[in-house]
Amino acid sequence: MIGDTTIAAVGRGTLFAWRELGGITILTGKVLRALVPPRLDGPELLRNMYRMGNRSLPIIALTAFFVGGIMVIQAGVLVKQLNAAGLVGWGAGYAIFREVGPMLIALMFSGRVGSNNTAELATMTVTEQLDGLRALAIDPIPYLVVPRVIAMTVCLLCLVILGNLIALYGGAFFAMLLLDLEFSTLYYSLVDNISWLDFVHGAVKAAAFGSAIAMTSCYFGVSVRGGAVGVGKAVNAAVVAAAISIVTLDFLLTAVLP
Amino acid sequence: MSLGDRIEGLGAAVLRSGRSGIRLALIGAKSLRGVVERDYPKGEVARQMYIVGNKSVLFIAITMGFLGMVMVIQSGHQLNRVTGDLTQLGPQFLKLFIQEFAPTITALMLATRVGAGIAAEVGSMKVTEQIDALRLSGITPTSYLIAPRLVACLVMGIILTIIAIVVAFTAGGISAWSVFGLNPTAFFDSSMVRTYDVVIGLIKALSYSLAIPIISGFCGLEARGGSEGVGTATTSAVIGSSFAVLLLDFLISGIGLTVFGGGV
Repeated sequence: MIGDTTIAAVGRGTLFAWRELGGITILTGKVLRALVPPRLDGPELLRNMYRMGNRSLPIIALTAFFVGGIMVIQAGVLVKQLNAAGLVGWGAGYAIFREVGPMLIALMFSGRVGSNNTAELATMTVTEQLDGLRALAIDPIPYLVVPRVIAMTVCLLCLVILGNLIALYGGAFFAMLLLDLEFSTLYYSLVDNISWLDFVHGAVKAAAFGSAIAMTSCYFGVSVRGGAVGVGKAVNAAVVAAAISIVTLDFLLTAVLP
Repeated sequence: MSLGDRIEGLGAAVLRSGRSGIRLALIGAKSLRGVVERDYPKGEVARQMYIVGNKSVLFIAITMGFLGMVMVIQSGHQLNRVTGDLTQLGPQFLKLFIQEFAPTITALMLATRVGAGIAAEVGSMKVTEQIDALRLSGITPTSYLIAPRLVACLVMGIILTIIAIVVAFTAGGISAWSVFGLNPTAFFDSSMVRTYDVVIGLIKALSYSLAIPIISGFCGLEARGGSEGVGTATTSAVIGSSFAVLLLDFLISGIGLTVFGGGV
């Protein structure tokens, strides 16, 4: 039997989810408004791109390398069953370009960059630095949020494109090592069957995931309340919201894109 | 920076990561001993199970439901293009989910949610010197704090993986029926699943659930320097446990393929 408390909890959860979704939408509107005509802090953009892009490269490259290996191992079982060595390059490449590459790299990026960004903005918010900026007649949206959104979108796009390449090489390496396949078999299997649409499909997803991570992490950063404990909660909420928006966007984009 | 400085920096980094590796292994061993000795307060495991399991179940269900639908749509389009025969879609999907996607993606989600939580909690106890206070009263922090979380993660990791399989398979079946008009009886067919797939999936889920609390607890215990240190610990816990999940996935699948021939 469902008690009153359960119904109240469901209601509270629903209200919470809609309030956060509304907040994210309003913040997205403000960011878009700040982009026409473009008003943003240039040095802050470059600083964020370096911090989010360049500094994430080692962990993303390592992740991508092993993701390539995992995909080839999964394809390898099919090869042994059906004796279809000619399909490994295409199967692994197709999955990496369209699904696995953008999604896993985005989850890694969200864990590293998104949570860090929420923690930073949230600390600034609870120590009233945002109010300080407003007192100096500096709007925090173009100064702090817009550079971060652009930096995350661009950086994740670049990291996914680079990560896809590394994942393909990682896959090729482990296919030669574990499945005794020739590099040329893998190469032609991929090149003959893949189309540029597969690449674009993944790239669009990457940019969408990047802006989703940016919007959720910035929103939970600037809307935080209640001191250091609030910062911890905001970071947790931001990572969860980012993961949920990554999978929902993945579903929507898969349905919409060719 | 001269070449000598670079070499020195590299050496220092190697030494640092070597020492961290040893400390991580020690904390893992101590936590496991704490699990055996059961040296934690009564009811703590149940409380942690609630935090790890009940509070994550909606999150896991949403993500896995969407993932199931995406996978079915993507692979269905490809099968339509290549063979046009969709009868193998459901059985192969279930097999792949049991031995690969359900344990791994569930663990990645747990690494972000639970791993960050453990690191933040233990980390803030560390920087506010509560860990030292525990030691002072003769309580081992690993068995008091990490062991109950380890037990909770082990139990809930497996339960959540099973829920993930059920949700993803159901969502996949519904979208196969609505997008491709595939008969549900053809989709919901478990004839392709062998004992090997279940065992591999179980080993993966168990080893991920061991790795996440140990690595996150280690990051929390290493936290230094105020609330900023807690933030750094949280980030490194998420990254460390996510990477550990992918690496373990690779190792277990690789051993399964090379030693046991993929169970064929």
